[in-house]
Amino acid sequence: MNSVENSIRDVARKLLSEKKVDLIIGYEQGKVPLRTTPCFVNKIEDVEKLVWNACCDANLAKYSVGRKEKVGVVAKGCDARSITVCIIEKQIAKEKVFIIGVPCSGIIDRKKIDMKLEGREILEATVDDEKITLRGEDFKSVLPKKDFICDSCSTCQHRNPPIYDVLLGEKAPESTGVYEFSQVSGLEEKSTKERWEHFSEELGKCIRCYACRNVCPLCYCKVCFVDQTLPAWFGKTNDLSDTMIYHLVRAYHLAGRCVDCGACSRACPMGIDLRELLKKIEKTMKERFNYEAGVSLEKNPPLGEFKMEDSQEFIK
Amino acid sequence: MKRKVIKKSKIPVLIKDLTMEYEVFAPVKQRGFVSFERVSSGNEACLEFQNTKKPPKEIFLPQTEILFSYKVSKNGVETTESPAVERKMVLLGVRPCDARSFVMVDKFFSSEETRDKYYSQKKENATIVGLACNHPLSTCFCTSVGGSPFGKDGMDLLLSDLGDKYLIEALTEKGENLIEKLPLFEDAQTEDNDKATELSKNAQKAVRSRVSVEGLSKKLDMMFEDPVWDQIRKKCVNCGVCTYLCPTCCCFDILDEVTDDGKRVRIWDSCQFPLFTAQGSGHNPRPSGREMMRQRIMHKFNYYVDNFGENFCVGCGRCVRECPVSLDIREIIEEICSAETK
Repeated sequence: MNSVENSIRDVARKLLSEKKVDLIIGYEQGKVPLRTTPCFVNKIEDVEKLVWNACCDANLAKYSVGRKEKVGVVAKGCDARSITVCIIEKQIAKEKVFIIGVPCSGIIDRKKIDMKLEGREILEATVDDEKITLRGEDFKSVLPKKDFICDSCSTCQHRNPPIYDVLLGEKAPESTGVYEFSQVSGLEEKSTKERWEHFSEELGKCIRCYACRNVCPLCYCKVCFVDQTLPAWFGKTNDLSDTMIYHLVRAYHLAGRCVDCGACSRACPMGIDLRELLKKIEKTMKERFNYEAGVSLEKNPPLGEFKMEDSQEFIK
Repeated sequence: MKRKVIKKSKIPVLIKDLTMEYEVFAPVKQRGFVSFERVSSGNEACLEFQNTKKPPKEIFLPQTEILFSYKVSKNGVETTESPAVERKMVLLGVRPCDARSFVMVDKFFSSEETRDKYYSQKKENATIVGLACNHPLSTCFCTSVGGSPFGKDGMDLLLSDLGDKYLIEALTEKGENLIEKLPLFEDAQTEDNDKATELSKNAQKAVRSRVSVEGLSKKLDMMFEDPVWDQIRKKCVNCGVCTYLCPTCCCFDILDEVTDDGKRVRIWDSCQFPLFTAQGSGHNPRPSGREMMRQRIMHKFNYYVDNFGENFCVGCGRCVRECPVSLDIREIIEEICSAETK
């Protein structure tokens, strides 16, 4: 057991026994190798279930939205930033959440591993700081961890939660010399036609399962626009025009709010890189508004704010 | 029925020959996973795979299907039926769990009382060539729900991988006709049959994931209002991954796509979605994840059992592997079985 995992359990035990929170939301080991699953602990004896490792992929901020009880949430940098956005947007009351911050050096991308293994099944896996050791029926494979973390993690600028109630373990070194938006360069270099073709191909794979929306802590609309029927704004088929509108509107709705936790891309069963457009929008928000989501409780998202001194005439 | 063998090296020729007469759907590896695609040449197909990401149900029940189109004018409404599907199809390389799911789904769409022509036309024109599993996955639990890695339900032909060749066993007249027509097969020898029997025994043992569904349906009879659903649904985010990737889930919605003319369209729907049971009045009898989760489990392990005498799950394990939050149906079943009921 690693020291952070130990500390998570200690903090959880303390918070529950002192009745500072009613519920701890963390991770427990899943049945499938390289998987964890969200874990809800309200009894001290269940604290032992909690784990912390590089497979803790879900953004648990999702489960903190709209809760009546006070919760302690295990949060990586991106998860803590999502909680912060939810606090600013009044979806989580600040006094109802206790952020158990954990430094993170990257979450394992199972899709990259699946590609590498070419269909061979993992029966056992262990992960340490440097390497991932996989065993199957007739193979053993040791992979360098840094090559198999999620794209969102490899360009992450906030490996430590900017805002937290307690921060466990030693701070993870923030990445240096990594261009945060390197993954959108390819998109920017494409012509309009090429971009259209690219998005048509990617989004053409979508099966409209809404996993991307449903794992996103910031997709908390009571009724999503795709589920509205009076009027129905657009079709529900998996025809490309319907699918594309869904993804484009969702992406634009996340402008200045998305923290690039990568949960949407990880959740997509069809392997669509949903982050790509979101990252481009994130870049625009940074360049035009000098805004980064989820790093401060004071600044509102640019598209969620109105100022009399706005430099744009049309808005007044 | 007939048993033949075919060398693996001849599979591309077999597919090519089949495409002369049939639309051939086979597993194709692309974008990092395998899915059933229509193939035009033998080299596209990949029969060395575990299972496809999506089940083959969409070949008979497409995610979006136009049922008919209509025009509204001064003279009234004029409708145009979608053309009947007359082409013959071959589905090559369907795993036994997925082939068995066809038998279950047929009960909704292709029974005497409930014949859905859109589904049935396609299904009746299809020859299903199964492919036995020598290496079941650790998430497979077909043997717990009445299936087997060498199961034959729902197939016309079964292929067993013997190493450098396949044993091909005709299971129906349709299957027999197909192998009769093609000159690529040789007669199977006793050792081929023996080898397949041994592989089958080993595969059966290799399905290590066990789920106890005995008495589950009866227990669920008493659990409609049980607090266990609040526990089970906790981490579910109510996306459609489990239902859309499930070979047996086949719920759909029907809607009109209206521009100048209209189209009546059938699309996949999921019991996990908020609109699934939303009524015109705005009332939704299944307002939260609790009721949605209950519906999924009840339909699979209680209602379907009442109606058709078996569980509505083939144990393919897709929902286990693909759930974004790793909610495991095997654990759900365990939790229900161990729950104390009043």
